[in-house]
Amino acid sequence: MPMRKVMKANEAAAWAAKLAKPKVIAAFPITPSTLVPEKISEFVADGELDAEFIKVESEHSAISACVGASAAGVRTFTATASQGLALMHEILFIAAGMRLPIVIAVGNRALSAPINIWNDWQDTISERDTGWLQFYAENNQEALDLILIAFKVAEDERVLLPAMVGFDAFILTHTVEPVEIPDQELVDEFLGEYEPKHAYLDPTRPITQGTLAFPAHYMEARYTVWQANENARKVIDEVFEEFEKRFGRKYQKIEEYRTDDAEIIFVTMGSLAGTLKEYIDHLREKGIKAGAAKLTVYRPFPIEEVRELAKKAKVLALLEKNVTFSVGGALFQDFSRALINESEKPKIVDFILGLGGRDVTFKDLDEALAIAQKALNGEEFNEVNWIGLRKELL
Amino acid sequence: MAESPFKADIERVQKEYSEKMTPGAIATIPGSSVINKTGSWRVFMPEFNRDKCVRCYLCYIYCPEPAIYLDEENYPVFDFDYCKGCGICANECPTDAIIMVRETK
Repeated sequence: MPMRKVMKANEAAAWAAKLAKPKVIAAFPITPSTLVPEKISEFVADGELDAEFIKVESEHSAISACVGASAAGVRTFTATASQGLALMHEILFIAAGMRLPIVIAVGNRALSAPINIWNDWQDTISERDTGWLQFYAENNQEALDLILIAFKVAEDERVLLPAMVGFDAFILTHTVEPVEIPDQELVDEFLGEYEPKHAYLDPTRPITQGTLAFPAHYMEARYTVWQANENARKVIDEVFEEFEKRFGRKYQKIEEYRTDDAEIIFVTMGSLAGTLKEYIDHLREKGIKAGAAKLTVYRPFPIEEVRELAKKAKVLALLEKNVTFSVGGALFQDFSRALINESEKPKIVDFILGLGGRDVTFKDLDEALAIAQKALNGEEFNEVNWIGLRKELL
Repeated sequence: MAESPFKADIERVQKEYSEKMTPGAIATIPGSSVINKTGSWRVFMPEFNRDKCVRCYLCYIYCPEPAIYLDEENYPVFDFDYCKGCGICANECPTDAIIMVRETK
């Protein structure tokens, strides 16, 4: 029988790692994800998880150890956040280029300076071009489930890419919720043993990994990483379906909420989706035709699903906790790009909000709604808006 | 100069490299180093004086590449496809049979 326990998302991530039975875990503690390696080291010390727990001196070493272990042919796991993930940056490219299905749990946290330990998505968003798959959890249950899903997708022969699962700092990492821990046997059946065909140590089969590629080969090598990302779209759908069959919880790349007759669809990721669904209910009571959509998968970017979603709405209002110094946030760029050649497309309004752990309240969402309604009524509107900004400080 | 002893390896690796990309760009057979001719990095090259050579093999032993092999009479032969001109052979040579000179075309 699956066990229900009240736990934080950090613990849920540690439980997911335990269920996936990685052979090597290398991690360096960083707020807010410190509890993940702590809990895993407990599992290892108590003999509940048969794995090597490598204590390292930095995140750069943590991911390096994972790359080494994964290249030797075992399942590996680590956890980090913010500056820690940024310190891993260089090796993240290597892990993706070497096609090593490492999984990282990330407690999504803002980046310095100024130092801020609270939630936004800037850390993982900054790594969106590394070739890693990216999943975002709405609650603690999703944090656990998505890590299992991430392993399954990452290790698929058509994909073979590393994956990161983000869950919002403190909003999830340090908040307790009931979480269903699936049976070990079911997880074993779902994931199976990791038996890599490309990367493993064998003295009778000497190979060189992480080779030098001259201009004659580098482009092709990068293309295969791109192709693996493309393949991942289909594989993710298959794995979501299998997960639902085995565990009864349904996942979609884009989860929609009351979008059927919606004129304005708010789009977001992570824990903000929970607030947003409540807000949509509140709007519906007032007779406003609004809906919500949540991206569970951000990389590979679900282009087809976004195009389907765009057909349903007159205005897409993107709520995002990150800034890219081009136009608006990352979602805005991806959505705009995905829809640029569509003949009929909705207006897209971008909202940057909740940076560095600032609460996103109904009042903020009202502010966003007012601008989205302007766009809906054909009035002038700003494409990019900072919501909840304390203008008196500027 | 004698023909490179790596000729067969070069052909074997070149064949594999023209075949399909492996996941993670893994080189599945060893020996790719032989087709990457590192000799083009050289600024100084060893100049060998056969008369001074006492055939002690120190150059052959110390060459880190190894770009020195021995001919039928056990005199060193330099493979300039791979010699990076590091000068270790000249440094080790007890009789100054090898000196480093600036490479000219």
